Amino acid sequence: MDQVTAFLIAVIPAATPLLLAALGELVSERAGVLNLGVEGMMLVGAVTGFAVTVTTGSAISGVGAAMLASAILALGFAFLTLTLMANQVASGLALTILGTGAAALIGAGFVGMPVERLPHLDVPGLSDLPVVGPLLFAHDALVYLSLILALATGLFLNRTRAGLILRACGEDAGSAHALGHPVILTRYLAVLFGGAMAGLAGAFLSLSYTPMWSEAMTAGRGWIALALVVFASWRPGRLVLGAYLFGGLSILQLYAQNMGILALPSQVFAMTPYLVTILVLILISLRRARSATPASLGQSFRATQ
Amino acid sequence: MSAAARLEMAGISKSFGSFAANADIDLKIAPSEIQALLGENGAGKSTLVKIAYGVLAPDAGSILWNGREVRIDSPRAARALGIGMVFQHFSLFEPLTVLENVALGLDRPEPARALAERIRRVSKTYGLPLDPNQRVADLSTGERQRIEIVRALLAEPSLLIMDEPTSVLTPQEVQTLFDTLRRIAADGCSILYISHKLEEVRALCSSATVLRRGRVVERLDPRERSAREIAALMVGTELVESVRAAVPSQGPARLEVRGLDLPGQGTHGVALKAIDLAVHGGEIVGIAGIAGNGQAELLAALSGERRSPRPGMILLDGAPVGQLGPTSRRRLGQAYVPEERNGHGAVGPMSLVDNAILGAWQRAALAARGWLRHGRARLYAEAVIQAFDVRCGGPGAPAASLSGGNLQKFIMGREIGQDPAVLIVAQPTWGVDAAAAAAIHRALIELAENGAAILLLSQDLDEILTLADRVAVLNEGSLSPALPRDQADRERLGLLMGGAHGALSTDGRSEAPVAA
Repeated sequence: MDQVTAFLIAVIPAATPLLLAALGELVSERAGVLNLGVEGMMLVGAVTGFAVTVTTGSAISGVGAAMLASAILALGFAFLTLTLMANQVASGLALTILGTGAAALIGAGFVGMPVERLPHLDVPGLSDLPVVGPLLFAHDALVYLSLILALATGLFLNRTRAGLILRACGEDAGSAHALGHPVILTRYLAVLFGGAMAGLAGAFLSLSYTPMWSEAMTAGRGWIALALVVFASWRPGRLVLGAYLFGGLSILQLYAQNMGILALPSQVFAMTPYLVTILVLILISLRRARSATPASLGQSFRATQ
Repeated sequence: MSAAARLEMAGISKSFGSFAANADIDLKIAPSEIQALLGENGAGKSTLVKIAYGVLAPDAGSILWNGREVRIDSPRAARALGIGMVFQHFSLFEPLTVLENVALGLDRPEPARALAERIRRVSKTYGLPLDPNQRVADLSTGERQRIEIVRALLAEPSLLIMDEPTSVLTPQEVQTLFDTLRRIAADGCSILYISHKLEEVRALCSSATVLRRGRVVERLDPRERSAREIAALMVGTELVESVRAAVPSQGPARLEVRGLDLPGQGTHGVALKAIDLAVHGGEIVGIAGIAGNGQAELLAALSGERRSPRPGMILLDGAPVGQLGPTSRRRLGQAYVPEERNGHGAVGPMSLVDNAILGAWQRAALAARGWLRHGRARLYAEAVIQAFDVRCGGPGAPAASLSGGNLQKFIMGREIGQDPAVLIVAQPTWGVDAAAAAAIHRALIELAENGAAILLLSQDLDEILTLADRVAVLNEGSLSPALPRDQADRERLGLLMGGAHGALSTDGRSEAPVAA
């Protein structure tokens, strides 16, 4: 029983950064912008969050700074792709490379420094319950925030007028413009949200998941987040499911390594989440779930007249 | 003195550069009136209507609304006055529901539940059945148009502008639409109806304004004039109608399709079911049908872009070609004019010479041993330009720089210049002005007279009934037997297009089914 509980307790924080980053990307893609720079924005968020927290001693400032820094990076991407109409794929890849390098540069002086982990929100009474207590009521605020945000995003997209307009921009930018909706502004805001969420995911990594800074510490989670959006067919509810599935997978491979189940090199186990990502993408493409793809995804839009 | 007109446009002028799209146009429409705005492509209809709807600002002239001078500087301002517009090209979002689509077009947001109720009410009042919670992707073209009309009606307009609303409808859907429009007009709303289908205008409208080259040439009552007279007014000269004597099919079939089955592709693909068809030399066979009933699949199978399950399903001069690609079929004498000019019939950014090579290198020997023969290609392109009167900046001009009609003439010329045994042509005159359309029709007739077999896919029934010797209808992937033209009247074809399978045996007159 202890093993299982410990496993479940470990899954939740493993899933949280995936969920945060993927939520941001989901909103951006529903508005029609494919931002492949998630990995880079997460790294910048991670290093900024860490550096500001260490320097100021305030975790809240750290988290806020992480979101701001990644959003600024996203603003650059938005300017390139939405105003100058550069290719979204190329700009996104450049953003990842830029973010990775910038994070390494900023973080050079912080490698190996200690930081206080984000405090757990212990609920008096409830947290002391056996099994359920540590499983559900003893995580830090970002874990709960990620789930609240998933719910809020779902409501926003499907139940509000602003969400409807955002989806319209992603489905058919030309028609949305013809109906008088501000396509470019909507897309800017969506991309900025995506950046802030990637920053939040990064800050969670460097302040809670593994409270330290090391280069490339996101270890491909940004790419997994991108795949998750497709996996979830652009729906926030399924995204939660997918994030926890992948979180579980990444913890499972650690267990498998430790127990030495098979006489395989540890790298093989480390590969599994990424292999599954590829597998999922292949399966989804075979199933022709393409109709769920926002029809204007990745296309530049220039307002004429 | 009658009461003030609902809308009065006086002395409207609008120029783009040196081109006068509208010159001193007067237009007056009374309450409850259904007026037609007629003219060829480029006559200035769209410009005038865009001015009325606030999309464009006029250079000169004034607009009176119920006798009061107004400025309409945006579509929002137009809607605020009570002007509604239904565009020819729908601005609908397929993955969204009817309700969501309507909500996106509202100037003032409304709670979803109240809006759904209003949609139901309006659609019931005017006989436009719509379920607010259905996804647009699952709806037929006629139903999609209903959304646009309901969207316009929700604003309770007192003038409704309709831009070529029937180009995508079956004859039965057109009847339903006309009933609705008459009901709307009876409630006091004026309707400005833009079209170039003269028979429809004569059935619906009580007055018409005819435009030519940006000017009003005449105001008339379309019910008192023949379609031919009105057409002559639109074009400015008497139109030489290409009339074709029905040719009895003779000799062996040059193009034959036998039991062709082909699965649909993509989410909205239509599967072809046991298609049988034969086109003889000297014959034009027309295939009518509403878009999305397997036309794309049939064209892909006939052109060779998709391979058939068995070689013998398609025969070209008796040779099984079902599994050959487009290049091999062209070599055997097949030519193809696809529906989409830019991007399918021609590569937009490339010159006409290059486009001539891409389509005709096999038959016109524009390439040899892997090397291009630019000299010959240039001569070929120049010959096409001359023979088909293609207005362009010379053979070096990029294809995309030509107007739709001129590019179509070029593509048609490129294909006919190869002296094909079989020509497959889709929507040859879509968006082409009347003069160019007449030229294209003449070329097709001439080609058939020289012994080629021509298969014509078109959504324009008038075109099919003018050109084709026999007519078949494609519906949900099945092709009806081809009717000789003298038996293919509008009503019967319309029923077949709507999927009434009894229409062939029972003689007309059966109850028209409401198209799904």
